[in-house]
Amino acid sequence: MNTVIFRTIAPYFTSLMVLFSIFVLLRGHSEPGGGFIGGLIAASAFAIYGIACGVHPVRRALFFHPMAISAFGLTLAAASGLPSIAERVPYLTGLWVFPTIGGVELALSTPLVFDIGVYLVVVGAITSIALALEEREQL
Amino acid sequence: MEPALVLLITCFFTASIYLLLSKQVIRMLLGIALISNGVNLLIFTAGRLTHEVPPIIPPGALTPAVATANPLPQALILTAIVISFSFFAFLLVLSYRAFQELGTDNTPEMRVAEPVDQPPPPGGY
Amino acid sequence: MALDIADQTLVFLALPFVAALASPVAVRLAGEKAVWLLALFPAAIFAHLVSLAGPVAAGEVFTGGLRWIPTLGVNLSYHVDGLSLVFGLLISGIGAFIVLYSGGYLKGHPQLGRFLSFIFLFMGSMLGLVMADNLYCLLVLWEMTSITSFLLIGFDHNWRASRRAALQALVVTGGGGLALIAGAVIVEGVTGVSELSLVLRSGEALRESPYYGAAFVLVLIAAFAKSAQFPLHFWLPNAMEAPTPVSAYLHSATMVKAGVYLLMRFNPVMGGTALWEAVLPAFGATTLIVGTLIAIRKTDLKLMLAYTTVASLGLLVMLTGFGTDKAIEAAVYYLVAHAFFKGGLFMVAGAIDHEAGSRDIRRLGGLRRAMPLTFAAACLAALSMSGIPPFVGFIAKEEIYAALAGGDPRSIVIAVVAIAGNALMLVVAAAIAIKPFLAEPRPELGHAHEGPVLLWAGPMVLGLLGLAAALWAGSANHYVFAPMAGAFAGHPIDAHARLHLGLSLPLLLSLLTVALGLAVFWRLDAARRAMAGLLRRIGWGPDHGFDQAITATLAFSRSLTAFVQNGRLESYMVTVFTVVGVTLIAAMAFWGEFPALPAFPADLTFYEWGVLAIAFAGILAVLWASDRLTAIVSLGIQGFAVALIFILFGAPDLSFTQFMVETLSVVILALVMTRLTLHKADHRPAGERLRDGAIALVSGAALGLVLLSVTQVPFDSRLSDFFAQNAYAIAHGRNIVNVIIVDFRGLDTLGEIAVVMVAGLAILALIRIRHRNRPDAEAAAQTAGPAVTKEAA
Repeated sequence: MNTVIFRTIAPYFTSLMVLFSIFVLLRGHSEPGGGFIGGLIAASAFAIYGIACGVHPVRRALFFHPMAISAFGLTLAAASGLPSIAERVPYLTGLWVFPTIGGVELALSTPLVFDIGVYLVVVGAITSIALALEEREQL
Repeated sequence: MEPALVLLITCFFTASIYLLLSKQVIRMLLGIALISNGVNLLIFTAGRLTHEVPPIIPPGALTPAVATANPLPQALILTAIVISFSFFAFLLVLSYRAFQELGTDNTPEMRVAEPVDQPPPPGGY
Repeated sequence: MALDIADQTLVFLALPFVAALASPVAVRLAGEKAVWLLALFPAAIFAHLVSLAGPVAAGEVFTGGLRWIPTLGVNLSYHVDGLSLVFGLLISGIGAFIVLYSGGYLKGHPQLGRFLSFIFLFMGSMLGLVMADNLYCLLVLWEMTSITSFLLIGFDHNWRASRRAALQALVVTGGGGLALIAGAVIVEGVTGVSELSLVLRSGEALRESPYYGAAFVLVLIAAFAKSAQFPLHFWLPNAMEAPTPVSAYLHSATMVKAGVYLLMRFNPVMGGTALWEAVLPAFGATTLIVGTLIAIRKTDLKLMLAYTTVASLGLLVMLTGFGTDKAIEAAVYYLVAHAFFKGGLFMVAGAIDHEAGSRDIRRLGGLRRAMPLTFAAACLAALSMSGIPPFVGFIAKEEIYAALAGGDPRSIVIAVVAIAGNALMLVVAAAIAIKPFLAEPRPELGHAHEGPVLLWAGPMVLGLLGLAAALWAGSANHYVFAPMAGAFAGHPIDAHARLHLGLSLPLLLSLLTVALGLAVFWRLDAARRAMAGLLRRIGWGPDHGFDQAITATLAFSRSLTAFVQNGRLESYMVTVFTVVGVTLIAAMAFWGEFPALPAFPADLTFYEWGVLAIAFAGILAVLWASDRLTAIVSLGIQGFAVALIFILFGAPDLSFTQFMVETLSVVILALVMTRLTLHKADHRPAGERLRDGAIALVSGAALGLVLLSVTQVPFDSRLSDFFAQNAYAIAHGRNIVNVIIVDFRGLDTLGEIAVVMVAGLAILALIRIRHRNRPDAEAAAQTAGPAVTKEAA
C-alpha cells in the first residue's frame, strides 16, 4: 500500500475528504448527511492517511489526541442542551436564532451544535480506534 | 416487496446464528458482523418499505408532498450502524488480545474466567 | 412561617432521619456526651405526640402527608389515631432513653456514631410504620425496620454468630415482608383503595371477598414473622447477639410489636371471622407456652428475657384473636405494660453485663450492695412483669383474666394457657430480679459497681412509669388505653380498669398464678434440668432447620450454577438460540398466529432482485470462507449490498453511513485479521454441524416468521407522521431523519455517542494495558498459571 503515488496523493485526498465531511455535516439538517456520516467520512480519511503515511504524521496533523476530540464532542453535545434551561423548556429542546451576517441569513441552533458534537465524537472515537490498530508495534 | 426482504433477513439470521454457534472466535465475529446487518434490515423492513423516496421535505413545503420512506426506523438504524461498528471493533480487538494471551481461539479452551476446577464460592455466614 | 399541625407532624416524623445524619458528626465532636443532645430528637417527637393526645382522646384523627406516585396510589401519607399514637409515644419515649443508654453502654466504642445512626434510622422507620396511612408506604417502612434490625444485630460483624443472627432475622422478617406485599396488593385489589383509613371502611367487602383467605394468610405470615410467633420465633433469641440497647428497643419494646400492630390495625377489617378467631389464639397460645418453657431452661439473662418476649407476643396475638372487646382492652393494657417492664429489664440485664462482666444467672450474685439503683429498677420492672399490685402489669393481668372468664370451653382452654404462661413468666421475672442481686455474693464479682446515670436512668424511669400508669389509671385510661383500644376494635371502647383488690374471679386467678409461679421458682433448678432434658430429647428445632434450609439452598444453587453456568460458551449459545427459536415458534403455533403465505413480490424491479442476490451471495461466501481474504471480502460484499438496499428503499443517510462503516470495517478487519489465523475448516464434527445448522435454521426461520407477521398487520404510522409533520414546522429541518436524531430524540443520541466513545476508550485500553504489562506477564509465566504458560509455550 505504501506506493509513492498513494503516499503523494494521500494528504490531498485526506484534506478533500475532511472538507467534504464538514460539508456533509453542515447540510445534514436539510439534505442527506449529518454528524454521524460526516464523522465517519472524516475518520476514514484519517485512517487512509495513516495507512499511506504512517500514524505519526496523522497524530501530528490532528494535534489533539483523537480521544480528547471525542470527549470534547461529547461535552459539546451535552452542553448544547443547557441553553434550554434559560428558556425553561426541557433539556435538549432545540433553540434557534436567525442572525443576518453580511446580508446572508444564517440559521444557528442548538441542534447544530449538538450535531457538531456528534461529528467530533465519531471522528475522535473511530480515528483513535483505527490509528491504534495501525500502530503495529503496540498490538 | 417485504416478503423478499424477509427471506433475505431470514438468511442473514440463519447464517449468523450458525456462525455464532461455532467454537472459533473468528467465525463468531463474522456471525456478529452478519447479525447486526440482519437486525438493522429487520427494523428497516418492520417500518415498511417504499421505493426510492427519501424522507426529506422539499424546499418551500412544510410537510412532505408525497408519501416518503418511514423516517423513524432510519433514525434508529443510523445510530445502530455506528454503535454496532464500534462494538464490532471492540470485539475484534478483544478476541485478538485473548488470542495473544491464551494462545488459542477455541472457546472451550478459553476458561480463564471460569476455570474447570474452580472451587465453589464460600458458603455459610 | 407558621406550619399547621399536619405539616408539623410530617416534620416530626422526618426528624429521626435528620438525627441519623447528625449523630456520627455529633459523636465525633463530643464523644458519648453527644447522646444528651441527640436524645432531644426523640424527646421532641414525644412532646409533639403528647400534644396530639388530647384531641385524639376526644376522637380526632390527624392525617396529612405528601403525594408520591398518586397515579399508582402510592403516597407518603400518615394517619394518627389512638393505636398509632400509643405506638408512637412508646417508640419516641423509650427511644429517648435508649439513646441515652447507648451512650453509657457503648462508651468509647469507635463505632458509637454509626450505632446511633442505625438506631435513629430504625426509629424513623418504625414511627413511620405505625403512622403510615398508605399501604405501600407501610410496606416500605416495614422492610426498612427489617433492614435496620439486620444492621443492628450484625453490629459486631466480626462475630460469626452476629452475622448469622443478622442474616436469619433479615431472612425471616424480610420474607414476611414479601408476604405482606402480596397481602397488600390483594387488599387494595378487593377494596380499591390503598389508604388504610379508607381500607378500614371496607371491612365487609374484604371479609366477604373470595380472596379473604389468601389475604389473611399473607398478612398473618408477615405479622408472625415479625412478631416471632411459633414456629417463626427462632430468630428473636438469636437476635440477642445485638448490643443490649438494640435488644431492649427493637427486640422487646417496639419492632417485634410491629406484627402485633399489623394484626391490631387489620382487626376491624379482617377480624371477627371464624378463621381469625381460630388461628390467632392457636398460634398465640402455642407461642406463649413454648416461649415460657424455653425461657426457664435458659441461664443467660438476655436469652431468658428474649424467650419471655416471644411468650408475651404470643399472649398478645392470642388476645388479639380472641375477638371480644374485653380481650382487646386486655391486649392494650398488656402491650403498654410489656413495653415498660421488658424494655427496663433488658436495660438492667445490659447494665449487669456491663458492670459485672457476665449475664449468666448461675455466676451472678450479691449485686444488691454494689448496684442498688439498678436493683431498684429491676424490682420495679419485675414486679410489673409478675403482675403484682400496684403496677400496670397487675391491671393487665386482671383484665386478661376478666376477658377469659367466659366459662365456655374455648375460654377455659385459653385461660388455662394464660395462667400457666403468666406463672412461668413470674418465675423468670423473679429469677432475674432476685438471683443476681440477692443470691450469695460472688468473690469474682467484687469489682462490680453501680453504672453511670446513663445506664440506670432508663430502666428506672420505665419502671416508675409502670407504677404511674397504674396509680393514675384514670388519666392513662383516658389518654392512652381507651383511644388505642377504640382504634384497635374499630368502635369506641370505654377502657376504665383501675387498681382494685375486691374479691373476684380474676383476683383468684391472679393468686393462683402467683402461687404456681412461686412453686416453680422454689424448684427452679429442677425445672430447668427437666426442660433441658426435654429439649435434648426433641433435638431438632426451627433454628437448626434454618441452618439446614440455608445449607440446602446453597448446595442447590451451587449445583444449579454448575449446570447452567458451566463455563462453556457454545452451550450458552446453543441454549439462547434454541430458546429463542422454540419459544417463538411454539407461541405462534399455540395461538395459531402463523403469518399467511405471502404472494410473490412482483413489485420488485430486476435491479432490486439483483442487489438482494448479491447480499445472499455475500452471506454464503462468509459462511464458506476458509481463508482470511475471502472472509473479509465476502463480509464487505454483503455490507455494501445492504447499503445498496438502503438506497433503493429511500434511505440515503443509512446508505452513506453503511458505506463508510463497511469501508472502515474492511480496513480494521484487514489490520487485525492478518494477525489471526482463520482455520481452514470449521472444526465441528458432522453431528454438531447438523445440530447447529438445525438450531440456526429454526431460530432464523422463527425470527423471519415473526417479521413476516409484523409486516402483515396494518401499519400504525402515527409516530412517523408526527415527525414528518413537525420536522420543518417545529424543528426547521428538511431531512426528517437527521431532525429525529439531533432534535426529537436528542437525548437518545447523546447516550449513543457516549457508547461510541466508551467503545473507543475500551479498545484503547485493551491495546495499551498489554503494552504496559508485558514484563509482568512474562514474569508471571515463570511462576505457572495454566493460561500464561500456554502463551509462553
